[in-house]
Amino acid sequence: MFSFRDVFAHSDMLISGLAVSIVLCGIAGVLGLLLAILCAAFKTSGPRLLSWIVTAYVETIRNTPFIVQLFFIYFGVGGISWRMSPAFAAAVALTLNVAAYFTEIIRGGMADGSRGVREAALSQGLTTGQTYLCIVLPPALAKVDKTLVGQFVLVFLGSAVISQISVEDLTSAAQFIQTRTFRAFETYIVVTVLYVATGLALSLLYAWLRPLLFPWVKGAPQ
Amino acid sequence: MSQFTTLGIVETILGKLPWTLLLSAIAFVGGAVVAGLLTTVAILGGRIANASVSIVISTVQSTPLLMLMFLCFFGLPLFQMEISPLLAASCALIAFTAAYLTEAWRAALRAVHVGQWEAALSSGMRHDQVLLAIILPQAVRIAIPPTVGFLVQVVKATALASIVGFMEITRVGTVLNNITFRPFFVFAIIGALYMALNLPISLAARRLERRFNFNR
Repeated sequence: MFSFRDVFAHSDMLISGLAVSIVLCGIAGVLGLLLAILCAAFKTSGPRLLSWIVTAYVETIRNTPFIVQLFFIYFGVGGISWRMSPAFAAAVALTLNVAAYFTEIIRGGMADGSRGVREAALSQGLTTGQTYLCIVLPPALAKVDKTLVGQFVLVFLGSAVISQISVEDLTSAAQFIQTRTFRAFETYIVVTVLYVATGLALSLLYAWLRPLLFPWVKGAPQ
Repeated sequence: MSQFTTLGIVETILGKLPWTLLLSAIAFVGGAVVAGLLTTVAILGGRIANASVSIVISTVQSTPLLMLMFLCFFGLPLFQMEISPLLAASCALIAFTAAYLTEAWRAALRAVHVGQWEAALSSGMRHDQVLLAIILPQAVRIAIPPTVGFLVQVVKATALASIVGFMEITRVGTVLNNITFRPFFVFAIIGALYMALNLPISLAARRLERRFNFNR
């Protein structure tokens, strides 16, 4: 009843699609983290207007579906500005999505007990920026890093949607193979396994990377 | 294009809002029923049942929801089932909801301190009495905020049903985009609708969390 031969005949497409998915999400992960670090600073200790803008941005992203954000950026913003490429629009949408969730997570990590530390650092003559980046942020990140990675894996799984604006990602490879071979179910089984395996690999990779990023956290080798 | 004035666009989108609400309701209620069964099996069924439930949950949660939808849409016909976009989307969303709720509810039941079990059992109550009268009321308080909060995820997830061809508000947005060439306006309205549905739920979930957390 099932035949996977035709699907594996297109394995080069699957691999290049997976690469596109990973690269776009990787870019979004890095840029999103940087943007989130900035937004979390604005939200916790910025001027009221900036803090309000960040809150509005975070709530907008968290309460609307990613696919609507994607369509709004690609069709909507792309329609009134310049014609952006699908991959660019997808990277922007993924970055904005990652950053909104990361902002909330990082802010949660900074919530308790950072005030006294911040005052101590400021009284030592550090600037506000130095205090935030060198004193407040690192322990906050170390506290919530696993949540951040979990959220990033969710974004990677959700990135299947970017195929809908004709980005040639893993899902779009699946849709092509399925129309070619008429083996829809088998194709999606294979692609699902690829998504699951990549998500798992990301988590494992981070578990290995963690002691290098936060060497002072208990249990890590010195 | 007389019927697609600005007002016409808004009316057309609002006309499909009931389908988004219906799909959300099917997913949430169906998912809650399945989650209730799975939680019962996991709690009362012994170690092997508990481990099997864990495997099912983590498999569903690490699968992209879009893949679940495609697998339902193309997989169910293999079992000689008539498939419609609504049925495929419902099955996928129920699985998605059930996986999350089972995890949340099981964790809530576990969060009630084990000493309470021991105290109640040692004062002569039966196993089922302890579960229903002592553990469940406390677990429900713990489980309500994440359950309400997850409703937001369900409403957002129904947007993916547009990809398998179910005509809800996101789908009507792509259709209107092709007819009217006013994507900025169309998708802004749709985004605003999702905001109007979800923001009150998000705020309610956060309030419940604060209210039920005061003594822990």
